[in-house]
Amino acid sequence: MFRLLALIHKEFLALLKDPKSRFVIVGPPIIQLLVFGYAATFDVTDVPLAVYNQSSGEASRDLVSRFEGSRNFRRVATITHDDQIAPMVDGRVALVVLHIGSTFSQDLHRKGRAKVQVILDGRDSNTALVTLGYARKIVGDFNVKWATDHGLGAAPAHLEARSWFNPNQQSRWFFVPGIVGLLTLVVTMLVTALSVAREREQGTFDQLLVTPYRPWEILVGKATPGFMIGIFEATVIITAAVFWFRVPLVGSLLTLYVGVVLFVFAAIGVGLMISSLAVTQQQALLGAFLFLVPAIILSGFSTPIANMPPAVQAITYANPLRYFLIVLRGVFLEGAPIRLLWHQLWPMAAIAAITLTSAAWLFRRRMS
Amino acid sequence: MTADDRIALTFRGVTKSFRTRRQAVMAIKDLNVEIRLGKITGLIGPDGAGKTTLMRLATGLLRCDSGTVTVLGFDAARQALQIQGRVGYMPQRFGLYEDLTVQENLDLYADLQGVPVQARKTRYNELIHMTGMARFTKRLAGKLSGGMKQKLGLACTLVHPPRLLLLDEPTVGVDPVSRRELWEIVDRFVREEGTTVLLSTAYLDEAERCDRVLMLDQGELIGQGPPEQFCEPMTGRTFQIRSADEKNRDVLERLSGRPDVVDAVIQGDAVRLVLADGTPLSIDRLLPGENRAALIPVPPRFEDGFIDTLRQRRHDQAGTPLPSALQEDRRIQAESSGTAISVRNVQRAFGDFYAVKNVSFDVGRGEIFGLLGANGAGKTTLFRMLCGLLPASDGKLQVAGIDVRRTAAAARARIGYMSQKFSLYGSLSVANNLKFFSSAYGLTGRRRQHRIRWATEQFDLQPVLDDGSGELPLGYKQRLALACALMHEPEILFLDEPTSGVDPLARREFWHRINGLASTGVTVLVTTHFMEEAEYCDRMAIMMAGEVLALGTPPEIKQLARSNEHPQPSMEEAFIHLIESKDEEA
Amino acid sequence: MTGKRGRRLMRMRGLVRKEFLQVLRDPSALAIAFVLPVVLLLLFGYGVSLDAERVPIALVVEKPTPDTNSFCGELEQSIYFEPIFLHGMAAAQQALMEGQVDAILHLRADFSDRLRRPGGASIQLIVNGIDANTSRIVNGYVDGVYAKWLEHRAMQLGQPLAEPVIVEHRIWFNANVRSRNYLVPGVVALIMTLIGSLLTALLMAREWERGTMEALMVTPVSMLEVLLGKILPYFVLGMGGLALSVVMAVWLFAVPLRGSIWVLLLGSSLFLLTALGMGLFISTVTRVQFVAAQVAIIATFLPAFILSGFIFDIGSMPRPIQWITQIIPARYYVALLKTTFLAGDVWSVVVPNCAALAVMAMVFLGITRLLARKRLD
Repeated sequence: MFRLLALIHKEFLALLKDPKSRFVIVGPPIIQLLVFGYAATFDVTDVPLAVYNQSSGEASRDLVSRFEGSRNFRRVATITHDDQIAPMVDGRVALVVLHIGSTFSQDLHRKGRAKVQVILDGRDSNTALVTLGYARKIVGDFNVKWATDHGLGAAPAHLEARSWFNPNQQSRWFFVPGIVGLLTLVVTMLVTALSVAREREQGTFDQLLVTPYRPWEILVGKATPGFMIGIFEATVIITAAVFWFRVPLVGSLLTLYVGVVLFVFAAIGVGLMISSLAVTQQQALLGAFLFLVPAIILSGFSTPIANMPPAVQAITYANPLRYFLIVLRGVFLEGAPIRLLWHQLWPMAAIAAITLTSAAWLFRRRMS
Repeated sequence: MTADDRIALTFRGVTKSFRTRRQAVMAIKDLNVEIRLGKITGLIGPDGAGKTTLMRLATGLLRCDSGTVTVLGFDAARQALQIQGRVGYMPQRFGLYEDLTVQENLDLYADLQGVPVQARKTRYNELIHMTGMARFTKRLAGKLSGGMKQKLGLACTLVHPPRLLLLDEPTVGVDPVSRRELWEIVDRFVREEGTTVLLSTAYLDEAERCDRVLMLDQGELIGQGPPEQFCEPMTGRTFQIRSADEKNRDVLERLSGRPDVVDAVIQGDAVRLVLADGTPLSIDRLLPGENRAALIPVPPRFEDGFIDTLRQRRHDQAGTPLPSALQEDRRIQAESSGTAISVRNVQRAFGDFYAVKNVSFDVGRGEIFGLLGANGAGKTTLFRMLCGLLPASDGKLQVAGIDVRRTAAAARARIGYMSQKFSLYGSLSVANNLKFFSSAYGLTGRRRQHRIRWATEQFDLQPVLDDGSGELPLGYKQRLALACALMHEPEILFLDEPTSGVDPLARREFWHRINGLASTGVTVLVTTHFMEEAEYCDRMAIMMAGEVLALGTPPEIKQLARSNEHPQPSMEEAFIHLIESKDEEA
Repeated sequence: MTGKRGRRLMRMRGLVRKEFLQVLRDPSALAIAFVLPVVLLLLFGYGVSLDAERVPIALVVEKPTPDTNSFCGELEQSIYFEPIFLHGMAAAQQALMEGQVDAILHLRADFSDRLRRPGGASIQLIVNGIDANTSRIVNGYVDGVYAKWLEHRAMQLGQPLAEPVIVEHRIWFNANVRSRNYLVPGVVALIMTLIGSLLTALLMAREWERGTMEALMVTPVSMLEVLLGKILPYFVLGMGGLALSVVMAVWLFAVPLRGSIWVLLLGSSLFLLTALGMGLFISTVTRVQFVAAQVAIIATFLPAFILSGFIFDIGSMPRPIQWITQIIPARYYVALLKTTFLAGDVWSVVVPNCAALAVMAMVFLGITRLLARKRLD
C-alpha cells in the first residue's frame, strides 16, 4: 500500500513539477472557460436593422418605433429606395430590413389588413430564425394594441408561453454547465493520455517496469492523478459557473458528483487506452485530439443531438460526454433527482468499465 | 583569405555565455586557437567542456559574446552563409530525416548543397560503397542501426566535398566496427581531397589518430599540440603491474585513491598505472605484502597525459576512496559460488526476424559479466529479457534462481537496473527520485531513511539534493541513476551502456564503484561500447546477429584473435577480428 | 547568375520534395491533413444541425371539443412537431423532466367556453428552456401554428382577422434556413487552420526537436528558403483541402456556391498564408512539438471554432470579446466564405475582408521571417 502511495505521489510530482504538463492543466481550461463562457452564445442581440418605410401614416411610424425601441434591434440605416436594399443586406450592413410598403396605412385603415415585409440575411440561418421570431413578436404586440384601440376585439385565444428552467432563455445557462463536462474531459484525457507516453519518451518507463510494481499498480498510479485532477477541475468550474457566471444550481451536489465521478472514470479509461497505444507524446496528443473533436461535436454541447440524423445519433450513444451533459444540465437547471438520471448514469458506468478494462488489457499486452 | 593560407579556422579572444534560468554559464572563456588546413584536429574534454559550443560558433549557428571567429577566411558572425556553403557539419544527434530513405536523405543534402545532377551518380556510388550501404539505399533512415545512421549522417555531409568538416562526437554510442569504418572514411577524405577535419570525441584513443589535439575543460583551452606532446611528460611514469596472487580488480582497488597514483586502470591481463611525478619506484611501497607482482614500465599514451592534466586542474586524487560498506547491511558472501544468472537456449522473435537466437550462458555470483556486440547485435533485446521487460519467445531464463518467464515481478525485487540514458524523473528533484525509488522497492520507515542517507553520502549527492534531476550534469545523473538502482541492495545489477557519453574521469569513478560492488558479491551484467571497459569484466560474451560469437574471460577472447599480424591484440582488435571473420563466413 | 538561381531552385525542390515525403509517411500528419478534414466535413455536413424538426411536444387537452381538435389538427399538420397526447399535466411534466418532450401545450377544460367569452381563452405553452436556442425556436414554431390557427378560424367563422398586420418574411441566400448551408462553408476555415497552423507548427517544431534543423542550417540554404520550403508544400496541401471541401460542400451537401471560384481562391490563399505564418511563428518561438501543438490548438484552432462567427454570431457576443475577434484571422475568412458561398461576389464584403487577411498574412510571415534566423541562440 505504501508503495502504491509512493507511486501516486511520484505521478503527482512529475505532473505538477513539469512546466509543460502544468500548462496543460492550467492554461487551456482557463482560456476555454472564458472563451466559451462569454463567446459561445446563440442569443441574438443588437441586430443591425435597416428601415425602409414608404408609408407615411401614424401606424407605420408606431410600428417602426416599436422596432427601434426593442433591445434586440439597432437601427443602422434608413432606406429610401428599392435599389438600396440589396447592397445593404449583401454587404452585411444590416441583417434585417423592415419594409413597410406605401399602402400600409391605407390598407390597415380601409381593409383592416396590411403586410409588412421583413428581409433577413440567411447566411447565418440561426440568427435569421431568431431575428424573425423577434420581428413577429413585435408585430404581434402591435396587432394586439391596434385591435384593442380600434375595437376589433381581441383574439379569441392567446398564447401564454413560459420557459421552464431558464425563464429568460439565456444561452449562457445552457453552455456554462456544458463547459464543466467539456473541460473535465479535455484535462482528464490529456493528463492520462500523455502520462505513459511521457515516461516512454524519457526512458523512465523501463526503469519503472523493473521495479516490483505489478501492471495494475502502475495503471492505478497513472489513473489516480487524472482522477483527482478531473474532480478538482470539475469542482473549480462548477464553482465558477455558480459564482462567476451566476448559473443557478438547483439540484443536489451529491447527484452532480455521482455523475462527475462516473464521467471522470470513463474519460480516464479512454485516456489510458490512448496512452497505452501511443509511443510518443505527440502521438498521444494527436490521439487525444482526434478523439476530442468528434466527441465534443457529437455530444450535444452546442447543437442538439435530436437534430442529428438517426445514424449519427446512434454513434453518440458511445460518447460519455453525451450522458454527462444531460446530467449536468439536468442537475444545474432542472434540479433533476438521481432516479431521473439513472438512464444517463449507467451508460457512463458501462463505458468506464469497458474502457478501463481495455486499457488494462492493452497495457498488459504492451508491457509484455 | 587570411594572411596565412594554411589556417582553416581561427578563434580570437572568443567568449560565449549562456543564460539559464538561474545563472549565466560561461561555455567558452577567452579562447584563442587556430586550426590548420588539411589536418585532423581532435577536440577533447570532459562533459560540459564547451566542445559543442565551439563547433556551433564555427558554423555560425551561435554568435560569440566577444572576440572573432574566422572560418576559411570568412567572419562567422557576418558571413555565416558563405561559411555554411563550404563546411560540412554533423551535429551530435545527427539530423537525419528518419522517415526518408537512405537515398532520399542523400538526394536532399545533394540538393541543398547544390551538387550538380551529373556529378551525383559517381559521388553517391563512392559514398555508398564507402559506408557499405549499397543494400540499404531504399531503407528508411529511422530503421538503420546506430552505427549505420552515423555513417549515413557522415555521407550526407560529404555529398558536396566540404573544405572543412566539423564532426561533433561522431562516434558516441557506435560499436567498434562502425567506429573504425567512420574513421576510415574521414581519413580517406583528408588524404584524397585534402579536407580539414575538426572532430570532438569522448574516446581518448581516437585522439591519437588526430594530427593535433585541442584539450578543453570548463570552456578553457588547457592544452594543444600533437597527441604525442601530451604523452611526453608522462615518460617514465607509466607502468603495468601483474600480480600472480590477486585479481586485477583487487589490485586496482588497493592502488586507487593513493595520492601518488594519478591513474590506474585494468588493461588486458595487467593493471596500468600512472604515477605522480617523482614517485619512487617500488612495488613494496605500492602494494605492501605483495611478493609475486612485477612492475613493468610501459610507453605512455595520450590518455595518461589527459588524465594527468585534468587531475592537476581539479586537484583531484585518483578516485575518491569509497567506504568499504557499499553494501553495508548485508554483505553477500563473495566466496559463495553459485549461479546468479542462467540463460539457456533463449530466443526472441519479432515476426520472422530473430533478434536473439539460441543464446546460453551462466553468470556466477559476484561476477562482472560483459555483453558486447555491434549495434543491432541483440544485446539490448537479451538485456531486456533478463530484466523482465520483454518476454522470451523460447528458452529458459533464471535470475537469482527465479524463472523470469514465470514470475518476473519476484525477480525484479532482487535486481537493480540502470538504463542507457540514466532515465530518471527529470522534473523531480534528486531527493524525490531517491525517495520514490526507495519506496518503489518496498523500503519503509527507518530502513528507507537509512538507505536514502546512505545514497546521499555515498554518491556525494548532498549539494544537489534539491535540484531538478533533469538539469544535472551528466556525471551526477549517472551517479543518481546508480544510487536509485542500488536502493534495495540488489543481488544483481544490470547496467545498459552505463558510461555512454560520460567523460573519462566520471567513467573511472563509476567503475571504481562497480568494482567495489562486485567485491561484496553483487553480480553485475553490463553492456558497453568501450572496449577498454570490457577489461573490467571477469567474463564476457560477444554477440552478433543475435548469437553469441565468443564467450570467455578477456584474455581468452583476445586469444581467439591472436595472429601473426597481431601477436598482442587489444580488446578492440579482438572484437573487430571476431566480427569480421564471422562476416566473411557469412 | 543562372548558376546561382539554378542552385536555389535545386535547394527549394529538395526541401519541398522532402516535406511531401514526410507528410505522406507520417501517420499523424496524414491524420491531420486528410482524415480530420473529412471527419469535420462529414460531422458538420451530416451530423450537426441547428434546425429543430419533429420536435416532440406533449399535448394535454383536458376536455376535447371541436375547438381543441382544430387547434391540435393545426399542430399535427406542422412538420416541426410530433405531438404526443398525454393525460394530465403531471404526466406531461414528468415527460418534460425526463427529456421525452421539449415542450408542453396545455388546453384547459374551459378552453372552448372561454373562447367565446371576452378576454378569450389561453393556450399554455411550457418549453424546456435549458437549451435556450432550441426553446426559442420551438416558441417561434408554436407562434406560427397559433397564428395559422387563428387565421383559419377567422376565415371559417367569417370574423374579422385578429391579426391586422401580417409579417411576410423573406430570408435571403438561404430560403429554407438550412443550418448546413452556413456550417459547411465555415468548416473550410477550420480545415485550413488545421493544415496551415497545427500541422505546420508540429512539423517545423519536429525539425528543431530532432536536430534536423541544426543540420539543415549548416548548408547553403537561407532561412527564407527553409521557410518557403515549408510554406509551399503546406500551401498546396491546404489548397487541396479547400478543393476537397468545396467539392463535398457543393455536390454532397448541396450548399450553393454563388460567388466566383476566383474570389474563393484569392481569399483562401490569403487566409492560408496567414495560417501558415501563424504556424511557422508558433513553431519558431516554441521549438518543441508538444508545446507547439498546444499553442496551435489554443491560439488558432479554438478561435477559428468559436470566435470566428463560424457557429456563434459575433455581433451578439459581449463587446470585449467582439474586439478580440478583430485579431482573429478566421473571422475575416469565415465572413468571406459565407458570403462567397451563399450570397455571391459582394465586393463590399470581399474587399475589406481580403484586405484584412492580406495585412495579417504579411504581419505573421514578416514576424516569422524576422525571428527565424540561422542561429541557435
